[in-house]
Amino acid sequence: MENEGMRVKTGLAEMFKGGVIMDVTNAAQAKIAADAGAVAVMALEKIPADIRAEGGVARMASPRMIREIMEVVSIPVMAKVRIGHFAEAQILEALKVDFIDESEVLTPADEEHHIDKLSFQVPFVCGARNLGEALRRIGEGAALIRTKGEAGSGNIVEAVRHMRRITSQMRGLTLLGSEELMRASKEMGAPLELVRMVAKTGSLPVPNFAAGGIATPADAALVMQLGAQSVFVGSGIFKSEDPPARARAVVRATTHFRDAAILLEVSERLEEAMRGLDVATMKEEELLQTRGW
Amino acid sequence: MVGAGARPIVGVLALQGNFAAHSNRLAEMGVAACEIRTPEELSGVDALVIPGGETTTLLHFFDTGTMETEIGEFAASGKPIFGTCAGAILLARKVTGPSQRSLGLIDIAIERNGYGRQVDSFITREPCSVLDSALDPTHINEPLEMVFIRAPIIRSVGPRVRVLQELRGHPVLVRQDRILAATFHPELTPDPRLHAYFVSMIGQDH
Repeated sequence: MENEGMRVKTGLAEMFKGGVIMDVTNAAQAKIAADAGAVAVMALEKIPADIRAEGGVARMASPRMIREIMEVVSIPVMAKVRIGHFAEAQILEALKVDFIDESEVLTPADEEHHIDKLSFQVPFVCGARNLGEALRRIGEGAALIRTKGEAGSGNIVEAVRHMRRITSQMRGLTLLGSEELMRASKEMGAPLELVRMVAKTGSLPVPNFAAGGIATPADAALVMQLGAQSVFVGSGIFKSEDPPARARAVVRATTHFRDAAILLEVSERLEEAMRGLDVATMKEEELLQTRGW
Repeated sequence: MVGAGARPIVGVLALQGNFAAHSNRLAEMGVAACEIRTPEELSGVDALVIPGGETTTLLHFFDTGTMETEIGEFAASGKPIFGTCAGAILLARKVTGPSQRSLGLIDIAIERNGYGRQVDSFITREPCSVLDSALDPTHINEPLEMVFIRAPIIRSVGPRVRVLQELRGHPVLVRQDRILAATFHPELTPDPRLHAYFVSMIGQDH
């Protein structure tokens, strides 16, 4: 983490803390998100719930649409690329997006390799379901980790599972003796140097956010109390009955995540949340979180 | 300094942004720090740090309560405020790129994202005479490392503003009475001198 490029990358991730990053599919939605207090927007062609419903190959959003968003909002703009699709990432870097999400929500372009993120100047965020996966992505150069959760499901259960697992695995490493760390590294499939770092500090060397299934202010407060430093909200905002009000409510809930009186106040004013999916009854091939290696 | 025996408490505005790094830095220095999320919490502190983050998000919180008024009164009572990056933008008199409202507590005109987007963010080191004057013996005469993340540029300063540090012809660290503003992130480096300088402003005659 000592090198300067990495510090500049994680520096921006640090600035997102305590904030909400919202998925948007056009400039009008981006404006709504920014006006509601989002710290950044994530540009994509279709929100995860629609990708799930419509099927087909999901790719990087059109650069023209991303540029329109960059022109409309003054906050940082992120965009997604397919796992392993470094050429999409090169295009986004040339466009000067502020962050790239190498995302399991899009159809993977490479079933064995992720992007060599160290070779880019633009910072990357990647999803993880466990500590080993998080450290592999950091080893490849990710400047920010988010839980995968189960995108587009409106169901928080997977994000909770992933956040709890990562936290508990980090705690576990701090209890190991130094001679046990090589074995832990081997078992997790994670670089030894990063395993040592986590064993020493008890936390990831980059910020750790929650994503995948956050639909309500209570969901945001839950993952924040479980240790997330910020939240990504995908389908939850623009699949709901009242996107601007819900966006504002999730922003306030993320800041005041321990203040039940404020959580009550912001929750009371809302209309229907998005309809959710029961992840437990979904088939393995319907899950997005199993993409990535 | 503050009255005999009273240990000053520095509040860090924790609505959104890099507040934890500021609190940790102050704690490492042995300074009592607490996070501020509601206007009521301001009354218990002697100085305030407004950290980096997104100004549009922070302004959203100013819209929904009395925080903006309370910070104004806090400054009027002579308590020091230190704004870094987004914090400097909020303290400014005038904001451009795009234009947005601000607290107007220091007479500077500032342009958001003045250096460009994230790929234009950078780290640089410069000698800093104001900090060499004391404070932290382990860092004396070391250049000041400055981390600029989608940083703003101060385009002009009023007559009462002292420029403490410049970079490439633009002020990057400025002070007006008990308001201190930096366009970079001292909390992202191991150097405690700037925080020590700020803490020394508590109770000081300007």
